[in-house]
Order: sequence, then structure tokens, then C-alpha cells
Amino acid sequence: MIAYVLPALAGGALIGASAAMFLLLQGRIAGISGILGSLLRAGASPARRFGDAAFLLGLLGGPWLLVALGVAMPPIRIATPWPLLILAGLLVGYGTRLGSGCTSGHGVCGMARLAPRSFAAVATFMAVAIATTFVVRHVLGGL
Amino acid sequence: MRAVFSGLLAGLIFGAGLALSGMIDPARVLGFLDIAGHWDPRLAFVLAGAVIVSFGGVRLARRRAAPLLAAQFQWPDAAARIDRRLLAGAALFGLGWGIAGFCPGPAIAAAGQGIGGAILFTLAMLVGMALYQRFES
Repeated sequence: MIAYVLPALAGGALIGASAAMFLLLQGRIAGISGILGSLLRAGASPARRFGDAAFLLGLLGGPWLLVALGVAMPPIRIATPWPLLILAGLLVGYGTRLGSGCTSGHGVCGMARLAPRSFAAVATFMAVAIATTFVVRHVLGGL
Repeated sequence: MRAVFSGLLAGLIFGAGLALSGMIDPARVLGFLDIAGHWDPRLAFVLAGAVIVSFGGVRLARRRAAPLLAAQFQWPDAAARIDRRLLAGAALFGLGWGIAGFCPGPAIAAAGQGIGGAILFTLAMLVGMALYQRFES
């Protein structure tokens, strides 16, 4: 049981530590959709742009660093057909910008700030994601 | 320079955490969301670990007048209400998340592993964000 949940807890703690660090050093919320959105938007200061781009570069490199340190990483298994991956990507991109955050911004950072908006957002996207998975797997019989 | 270095370090830790926790694997995420199937509870521990440590960071930050490397904290607008935009956006996000099992961070981290499906999802996600920008502004 402990071996089963320990990587999940430890990995989560690392994510939380990253968010704490980004907040304490740069004063920013470590929300991935917010960082991506501000990079796509004109008008951010060059310093902020470089900091955001560096964060995303680190995000790409993080799994490689873990493997380089000799820590096992789970396989990445994608069973969704590509037209649905595109549809899902569009929905996630549009939805996280409209709703001002994703799993990191509302989930990890917003709930830690005890922000009512973030609790409402997390409850909504969790409920809709659970219902969607149910329909895809148990009503449509998988895709 | 310090913003670049601290951003890179925070990103590396975030990405390593996504990989170690299993959040990077969409099949595991869908296994968590599929409560009627063979339920995998582990992502609840990821979220719990992340929120607890992040909560500590917020407590420390609230005691400070300014962050260490920037002029001021950029807290989200505390007066913002729970409105239709927030809930509609979260619902659209949940729909996409439930279809593919990818949310933004893990999608980017998985794309960095050179996996075609993750790259495709990430590109579509960027298009979705650009569309939002176009329609909303």
C-alpha cells in the first residue's frame, strides 16, 4: 500500500514545492494554462516572458531529469484516437483560458489559497471529467 | 537572469513531479476519473501532496510584503466572483480532460518525451487558447 501511493504523494509534493517556489521567488501563481496564455498574449514584460518560457522549458526537461537521476517513470499510455485528441486539446485550451485556470492554477495553487472560485472550478471540472469518462467508457463502450 | 534561472528550476521540479507521480500518464488519469471501473485512487494522493506543500508556500508568502525576486506578489483578483465564465470554462476543460486524460502540464511534459499523441494534443490546446484570445478580445 505504501509503495503504491508513495510515488504519487512524493510527486505531488514536488509539484507543490515548485508552486511554492514560483510564488515565493517571483510572486506568481504556477498555473500552466495561465503561463501559456500570458506567453501567447502581447504586452507582457520581457522579463516575465523569459521567466515563463524558462518554466515551460523546465517542464519539458523535468521528466528527463528524473530519469537521469535513476528514478523510474511510469509509461505514457495514450489510447485516445487522434481526432478525439485534437478535440480534447481544443476544449482544454479554450476552457482553461475561459475558466482562468486548470489543474495546477485552480487545483494546486487556488485550493492552497482557499479561494472559493478555485474550489468551484475544481468541483466543476472534476465532476464533468468523471461524467465524461463514464459516458465514454460505459455508455459508448470505449473509443 | 534570476527570473530565468528560478523559472527553469521551478519548471524542472514541476515536470519531475508530474513524471514521478504518474500524472503524466493519461491512462492512469482516466483510471482515476473512471470511478465506475477499476478505480485507481492514486491521483487523489498527488493532489493532496501538492496542495499541502503549496499551502505552506502560500502561508509563507502571505507573511511577506514582496516576493524575493520580484517587486510584488501577483495574487489573483480577490474580488472576482464565481461566475458563468468560470464554470463554463471549467466544464469545457473537464470535458476535454475526461476524453483524453491530459490537462495542460502533463500534456507538455509528455510532449517533451517525443510522444506523438501528446504533441498533437498540446498543439490543439495551443490553438484552443489562441481561439479564446481571438474571440474574447
